Amino acid sequence: MMRKNKAESSTAESSTAGSKETAERDAEAQALEELVPEYTPTEADGDMFGGTPAKKAEHFWPSVKRLVGLLRPESAQFSLVVVLVTVSVVMTVIAPKILGAAMDVIFNGVIGSRLPQGVPLETLVAAQRAAGNEQFADMLAKANMVPGAGIDFVELSRLIVIVLVLYMVASTLVWLQGYLLNALVMRVVYKLREDIERKLNRLPLGYFDTRQRGDLMSRVTNDVDNIQAALQQAFSQLVQSALTVLGIGVMMFIVSWQLALIALIALPLSAVIAGVIGSRSQKLFAAQWKHTGSLNGHVEETFSGLELVRAYGRDTEMLAEFDERNEHLFKASFGAQFVSGMIMPAMAFVSYLSYVLVAVVGGVRVATGQMTLGDATAFIQYSREFSQPIGEMAGIANMIQSGVASAERTFEILDADEQDAEEDSELLPARTDGHVRFENVSFGYAPETPLIRDVSFTVEPGQTVAIVGPTGAGKTTLVNLVMRFYEVTGGRILLDGVDTRELSREQVRSQVGMVLQDAWLFEGTIRENIRYGRLDATDEEIVAAAKATMVDKFVRQLPDGYDTVVDADGGTVSAGERQLLTIARAFIASPSLLILDEATSSVDTRTELLVQHAMAALRTDRTSFVIAHRLSTIRDAHTILVMEDGDIVEHGNHEQLLAHRGAYYKLYMTQFQGGRDLDEEMAAEAH
Amino acid sequence: MFVTPSFKDIFESNLVLKLLRLSISHAKPYKAWIAAVIVLQLISTVAALYLPTLNARIIDEGIAKGDTDFIWSTGVTMVVVCFIQVISAIGGIYFGARTAMAIGRDLRREVYYRVNALGALDVSHFGTATLITRNTNDVQQVQMLLLMALNFMVSTPIMCIGGIIMALREDVGLSWLVWVSVPLLFAVVGFLVVKLLPLFREMQDRIDTVNGVLREQITGIRVIRAFVREDYEAGRYRDANLALTKVSVKVGNLFVLMFPVIMMILHLATAAVLWFGGHRVDAGQMQIGSLTAFLQYLLQILVAVMMGVFMVMMIPRAAISAERLDEVFSAEPSLAVPVGADQPERHEVEFSAVSFGYPGAERPVLNNVSFTAREGQTTAIVGSTGSGKSTLLNLIPRLFDPQAGTVRIGGVEVSELSRSQMAELVGLVPQKPYLFSGTVASNLKFGRPDAGDDELWEALRVAQAKDFVDGKPHRLNTPIAQGGINVSGGQRQRLCIARALAARPRIYLFDDSFSALDVATDQRLRESLADATTGATVIIVAQRVSTIREADHIIVLDGGEVVGAGTHEELLESNATYREIVESQLSVEGAG
Repeated sequence: MMRKNKAESSTAESSTAGSKETAERDAEAQALEELVPEYTPTEADGDMFGGTPAKKAEHFWPSVKRLVGLLRPESAQFSLVVVLVTVSVVMTVIAPKILGAAMDVIFNGVIGSRLPQGVPLETLVAAQRAAGNEQFADMLAKANMVPGAGIDFVELSRLIVIVLVLYMVASTLVWLQGYLLNALVMRVVYKLREDIERKLNRLPLGYFDTRQRGDLMSRVTNDVDNIQAALQQAFSQLVQSALTVLGIGVMMFIVSWQLALIALIALPLSAVIAGVIGSRSQKLFAAQWKHTGSLNGHVEETFSGLELVRAYGRDTEMLAEFDERNEHLFKASFGAQFVSGMIMPAMAFVSYLSYVLVAVVGGVRVATGQMTLGDATAFIQYSREFSQPIGEMAGIANMIQSGVASAERTFEILDADEQDAEEDSELLPARTDGHVRFENVSFGYAPETPLIRDVSFTVEPGQTVAIVGPTGAGKTTLVNLVMRFYEVTGGRILLDGVDTRELSREQVRSQVGMVLQDAWLFEGTIRENIRYGRLDATDEEIVAAAKATMVDKFVRQLPDGYDTVVDADGGTVSAGERQLLTIARAFIASPSLLILDEATSSVDTRTELLVQHAMAALRTDRTSFVIAHRLSTIRDAHTILVMEDGDIVEHGNHEQLLAHRGAYYKLYMTQFQGGRDLDEEMAAEAH
Repeated sequence: MFVTPSFKDIFESNLVLKLLRLSISHAKPYKAWIAAVIVLQLISTVAALYLPTLNARIIDEGIAKGDTDFIWSTGVTMVVVCFIQVISAIGGIYFGARTAMAIGRDLRREVYYRVNALGALDVSHFGTATLITRNTNDVQQVQMLLLMALNFMVSTPIMCIGGIIMALREDVGLSWLVWVSVPLLFAVVGFLVVKLLPLFREMQDRIDTVNGVLREQITGIRVIRAFVREDYEAGRYRDANLALTKVSVKVGNLFVLMFPVIMMILHLATAAVLWFGGHRVDAGQMQIGSLTAFLQYLLQILVAVMMGVFMVMMIPRAAISAERLDEVFSAEPSLAVPVGADQPERHEVEFSAVSFGYPGAERPVLNNVSFTAREGQTTAIVGSTGSGKSTLLNLIPRLFDPQAGTVRIGGVEVSELSRSQMAELVGLVPQKPYLFSGTVASNLKFGRPDAGDDELWEALRVAQAKDFVDGKPHRLNTPIAQGGINVSGGQRQRLCIARALAARPRIYLFDDSFSALDVATDQRLRESLADATTGATVIIVAQRVSTIREADHIIVLDGGEVVGAGTHEELLESNATYREIVESQLSVEGAG
């Protein structure tokens, strides 16, 4: 009933069109995706039989086995939990029988008090038979009573104390097992989350680039939450419900096998009702999800593109479309809620029917002395308690199904191939000179489609290399290889004469500072974000780095200065300022090698100038690879690498390449068509 | 983020009142259905309450007297009562579900219509994301509360009160057990719930933190690896995970108390009834059948109380949602309905002394802006970010109204033109290239549904999108995902341009629409566009010098004011702001 609120964790997930181009992905596309949350059903959607639509697991039993395997380190405690549950169920199941005995004591006292005192029971039975009251005589004969005596309160209090003790112990055990299970499951889930975290750090970058980001996020967040819910609730309840059904069944047969058979008629009836209505309502819920998704899609679309709907005068069509989908959703959700709502009264009906049957047949049997009243009332209680765990088990099955599907999706991540083992046979000095050499380097995700072919060049310490070329030429791939985000498939890359593959990735990367177009910051203060570049940097060093990279000035204008919290989606700082912060972060790391990806997106003109200045400050005295878009950067570079289709088609400096009248010249002319005139104009203006 | 408020917050504010008002006002059309729910639940509850009485009679009159005929005939009555009970219960659920879902549908429709009636300004005031949530999740919350209310909140008090009446009818002497056990259960369950709610909220925050860290780690994977911060991130994650685990354990520990405590109270009550009831029976103050009936009524009452407490737990979230819906419903559209005017024959766009500021903003975005964009000419608007370029452009299709001054098309004020008139006149290519789910063709026909395939291909040709659409296996029927995320940024931009072209408007508005194109494509596009838009009024917001310099007329905006106007050469000569912009843009952008 009180399921933990999963609803709010269904935060907007984005889905990325995953492709090999992800590396050169469009920042704007992502901004857009953030607006388009994937619909995740929530508890509030009102599926009372398991919450989320059960995604089917592909390999159900192996995944179940593995999910249960997660509990293995806790097997001792888990066994204890099972024992406690068993004991508490046994006690709970015995108690009604004893209550029935208490009822008998009262009943016998009542009947007994009506009978004359001192007369032996046999005489009274015989007298009743003589009077023709055969049935009453039978009942008297069966009952254990003293004629004339009232209720035996000593016996009654004894029974009631036993029952109270039973229930008290059972309640304590139920609490204890819940307490243990809770701690146990949380330990397991904690460890699972840690495993996932560790795994994420070991996966090769290609794993992230070739998968839909939204899907990945949903696996590490929603799916793990789902597993937690399944473990916490489903497993313990499953044990408890199954044992209760079994225990009650046994007790019913002990009390009266004849009545038990009658009550068992209800069992297949309940099962059929639960089965028929349940499966029907699952289908209807699936339809409800579908229509909810469809309507939400339409709403998202309209609201996200509202200005277009307006400007193109499509209001009427959109409204009509909405009404249609809304009506579909109404019909689907009404159907789902009605049919699923029917389960409760229908099951109650079956339980009432069996109650009536038991009451009537039991009553007749008591009246004819074939059983005691206490047994009959005990039986009635059993039969009423019988259908409840059966209904619960249907819900649990659904929860387990969905938990297993989630587990399967999570295990897929845990099973993914990790990055190749580290070589780490060579050591670099703490700070290298920044001499980089590519020797016949090739790379491709698949051998038949190489992205980089046989690339060779050398960069001297302190030089700036500008990489230019059209989209998809392999510029980003080239720097990814320097970072060892991807491993070369042919040739080698040397850093200060050492093959980078003989170094740990950590060593290579700690030599390199990186500023990407996508200005990623984590949710934290500006100070923390700058310090990310070097964790032991002092506050003074942070301010110094901020000053050098034009960050200080705008930070001081913020109300909280360096303690201003920036979040993942921006908000407090503009896109250009975020870019500046990433530059400051790289600056404080003081690497010997730099990788810069100049932003193509248009930011504020003045911030743009600041970014250029900051990048220039950052490049000073460092070997730099710049994926360059600005003429000034390219012109000032020591070497320009012109890339086309994974090849370096030309390299040299600006003047050499222009004189060569090749690819660079063409690129330069198309992009500037008269750009030289403009340059000269500008030069003239500047003086 | 959505936060579950505490009960105190809820009841101190008038949120619950708002929820009630919202529910009642939307329930009006379904009065008859709700009446049916109440009547049917009344019947089913009374029937359910009648059963223990019948059972008591079986014991007292049948069993104790050995009258099997009476037992059988009462049994038949019980079966009939059962039938009545189940049928009326199902009927109640039918009407309850129907009413709740219908109100949900109506609320959704009202939000959607309301948002569509709002101006772009009002929409941006709310934010698109929250409006989507309000239209979907918030309605869902209210709808589910209504469903629960109709299913249980009606039957629960009936069950409580009816149960008490029936119990008293059986025996007044034992009634003190009701007065003791009901408040006891209420207090214990209420205590646990009140303790749990803030913890639930805390747990939700912790889950969000854990998921937030993971999300950051996935989006920032390159930076993390580049700075070799895997360990640092693992530490950050561990802190979050530990905090989550801690609060989850706390919640769990309270939670596992709930069931045993409830169980204990119910069983104590049972034992008490037997013990004290036994004495009363012995003293001849009560019949034994009444004892069992009393017991069953007491249990029914206690279960109803429990349901009631759980039900109350749902109120806070729904109340917050109702408040959020109410905000949308009470938002007044800032755009006046157009009075209607003749379609203008000329199509120059004229701004006279236009000022515009976002509500609450200190400085206006546009301040006293006047200029004319002539028919047959290209007018470029330049200026740094935040200078008001996009705002200016959006005033033309009347996405919002200026606070002062007028915008005219062909001499007619835009506020006098209806939406459909406007759509015929203006073709907008927005800054964020947005496509709707469907196909290439359905998107291109967005502005003119009756456009033929030839016209679509022509629009694609001009927009430099013909080749890539031609290259797709389904050509015009190529599916487009919502937002257009299944095509690249550049392709999306070109399709948006083609969409505007296919609508054949008289005024083209390009809001920084070429930024994602590489320079060669940009160049070709501008050439073909020049032919296609001959005679039309073209207004371009652009960053690239190459785009700007070809315009017939350039307007320079700075801080919301027009600081210069003229041709490229003139402005380069005379205008410092323009020069600064050109300098910063002097680049080979788009090389990558």
